[in-house]
Amino acid sequence: MPIQVKRLLMVFGLFIAIMAVLIYFLTPESWGEFGHYRGLALKEIADKEVKHVDVNETCAMCHDSISATFASGEHKSINCQNCHNVGYKHVEDPTKENIVKPEVTRDFCLRCHAKNPARPENYIKQVDAIEHNKDKVCINCHNPHKPWE
Amino acid sequence: MEKFESLYHALANLDGYIFPNEIVLNWDVLIVMYPYITGLVAGAFILASLNRVFNIEALKPTYVISLLTALSFMLVATMPLITHLGQPFRFYEMLITPHLTSAMAIFGFVYLWYLMVVLLLEIWFDYRYDMVIWSKEKKGFMRFIYKALTLWISDTSVASRKTDDKLGYFITVVGIPSAFLLHGYVGFIFGSIKANPWWSTVMMPVIFLFSAMVSGIALVMFIYMMINFIRKQKNDILCLDTIAKFLFYILIVDFALESLDQIHRIYEADESFDILKILVRGKLFFTFFIMQIGVGTLFPLATIGFFQFYKPKEHIRKIMYLIVSICVLVGIFYMRWNVVIGGQLFSKSFLGFTSYKADLAGGGSALLALLWFIVPFLILAFLLWLLPPWKKAPHVEHIE
Amino acid sequence: MGIKKENVTRRDFLVKSGTIAGGVFFASLLSPFKGVYATKEPEGDGVWYGIGIDIEKCIGCASCARACKNENDVPKEPFFFRNWVEQYTITNNEEIKVISPNGGIDGFTQTVPEKDIYKTFFVPKMCNHCEKSPCTQVCPVGASFESPEGLALVDQNYCIGCGYCVQACPYGCRYIHPDKGVVDKCTLCYHRLTKGLDPACMLACPTRARIYGNLRDKDSEISKFIRDNNCVVLKPQLNTGAKLYYNSLNQEVR
Repeated sequence: MPIQVKRLLMVFGLFIAIMAVLIYFLTPESWGEFGHYRGLALKEIADKEVKHVDVNETCAMCHDSISATFASGEHKSINCQNCHNVGYKHVEDPTKENIVKPEVTRDFCLRCHAKNPARPENYIKQVDAIEHNKDKVCINCHNPHKPWE
Repeated sequence: MEKFESLYHALANLDGYIFPNEIVLNWDVLIVMYPYITGLVAGAFILASLNRVFNIEALKPTYVISLLTALSFMLVATMPLITHLGQPFRFYEMLITPHLTSAMAIFGFVYLWYLMVVLLLEIWFDYRYDMVIWSKEKKGFMRFIYKALTLWISDTSVASRKTDDKLGYFITVVGIPSAFLLHGYVGFIFGSIKANPWWSTVMMPVIFLFSAMVSGIALVMFIYMMINFIRKQKNDILCLDTIAKFLFYILIVDFALESLDQIHRIYEADESFDILKILVRGKLFFTFFIMQIGVGTLFPLATIGFFQFYKPKEHIRKIMYLIVSICVLVGIFYMRWNVVIGGQLFSKSFLGFTSYKADLAGGGSALLALLWFIVPFLILAFLLWLLPPWKKAPHVEHIE
Repeated sequence: MGIKKENVTRRDFLVKSGTIAGGVFFASLLSPFKGVYATKEPEGDGVWYGIGIDIEKCIGCASCARACKNENDVPKEPFFFRNWVEQYTITNNEEIKVISPNGGIDGFTQTVPEKDIYKTFFVPKMCNHCEKSPCTQVCPVGASFESPEGLALVDQNYCIGCGYCVQACPYGCRYIHPDKGVVDKCTLCYHRLTKGLDPACMLACPTRARIYGNLRDKDSEISKFIRDNNCVVLKPQLNTGAKLYYNSLNQEVR
């Protein structure tokens, strides 16, 4: 075998050996547990913080009267956290600062209730924002927790 | 807020409807640079192989230059990709845990194969004897460098040179399919994305391959003339004419393939055709019709084609070759641009467009892309200094 | 001798080709084409999630999009969404207009006068958690993968941020997180599912237009939803094996 080939084979052998060592040491620990990915990743994703809390187990405990009103009204299918934002901090430490009291402008209500032909009539009551008491704020007449009162 | 400014600008200038996540154009000019540079490598190498495997004597003066050009561009070929990553320091994962169904992961290995086994070896076999000689001439550090480069082999016998030659030839033969593989694979990275009708065509690897050859040949032609200009040497006009002839042939094939792709697209006119038509006529009009087809294809074709029938005076031809090589290089750059950027300008909902402007003010991608285009020239200058082709010993066949 | 040899070879050839043809035939019998909407659950037991959206129930409030952004730390800028709502409007002269102002979070204003509208409806969009997902296929390092539950997830501690999956997703459901430099996408709130909670978007939907469940269980809500309704998936021609089923979706939606 010519000396060139011998030397080159040595170099390539060395290169492949280095690659093998790198692959051995750099492959993450839980690799290939379930497939071609880090098995630990599943756990890491699963361990992320839950921010939307269970309404029945938390909100209703303290705010029982509002909760009762709410449950009997037209808005009962809406989650508290849709308007008040996520409650995980408030549950830990109930203060006014860590829960959102929404600024109930006309636009806030109209996000759902603005007249739009795409909205199915049987699922949502809609108002023509231009004609329906256009200068008033909705909550002057409607209680967001029980809109038909 | 500031870093989103251009995005808000894009949002205000949307045409039609686009998925909200598509406003960000993820693959910017750096990714344009990546197939461009890889193409230059493959093309330059194929030009070198033309000389060696098909024994075209007229191309001899460019043989080593094209190999060194290929190497210097090869060394930076992955840099645009890596610097574009969101997490650049994790790039090694692509070699450690390559996902075998991903075209991009396999590219890492194709790249390594091509760099280590083809390019470096071919240059090494070609230069081994000369490096042994130089290591004997030089002193101190440089002597060590050359010795290390020869892997401490000091055999200068004719027999050993013949072995070099034989092995080098073998590598070249292996190298041609490898070069095809290298750039065909880059085409496959785009061509295999079924979500994007502008990319998703089986023609993509072939088109990329031929445009790579075109650009590589033009680059070598340009560099050959530049080197001679700097060294105050005369250009070998026969060599230039031959390169130009090959450029002409391959440009015809390339143009035919690209036209075929477009004609097929136009004739089939599937659901994506309406949006692509607006794209090509509108946002891509300048880069596609004027730069890619006009400047990059038709003008060089007409000029070199004309030279095949009527040869004007030497110095006119030289100037024209210089202009043509630059035009081809610019045209192929815009071809990559049209593929990479064009493929992201329209929405996958086929209902609208976003816009793209390279963030020059941000000092981001455009400058970096420019850097990755300049660095290979510096590497080439260094390589030419380290391994000057003009100081090489005559070829072994000429000794006997 | 020559003739005899030829005969043997021919018989050999016939036997071999017969074996091959038979083998192919029986192999095709063993694994016949099955699967609803070109999706076929892999071997195994345990949950394998699918999602259903009932277009007729969607009121376009975008509570889902808002809840998702709140739950999953999605950047608030209007370029990054794990889910969003579109309003399609088909006019009387057959033009398609689609809007999604800030993914629907800013509320929809219909600009087409009612007399010109032929048809209009909302389409909530999110990750389809495809069974043959093109996005996980192209991930070069294995940072994007399909979990055993059939969810396309991203390992953000391993993702290199190349953006190849963003290009490969036909539905535009992925984005590069501007601060983290890695890909982010819908996980169907994997962190909630594993704790037995509903995903944030399902929780927030006031009309229960969105449902999800185990596709392996043929009595689950999602399986019934697919069975009882005329469901379609988006871009079926791409054969992604999408597992987001829309009831009464219009053909124009892409």
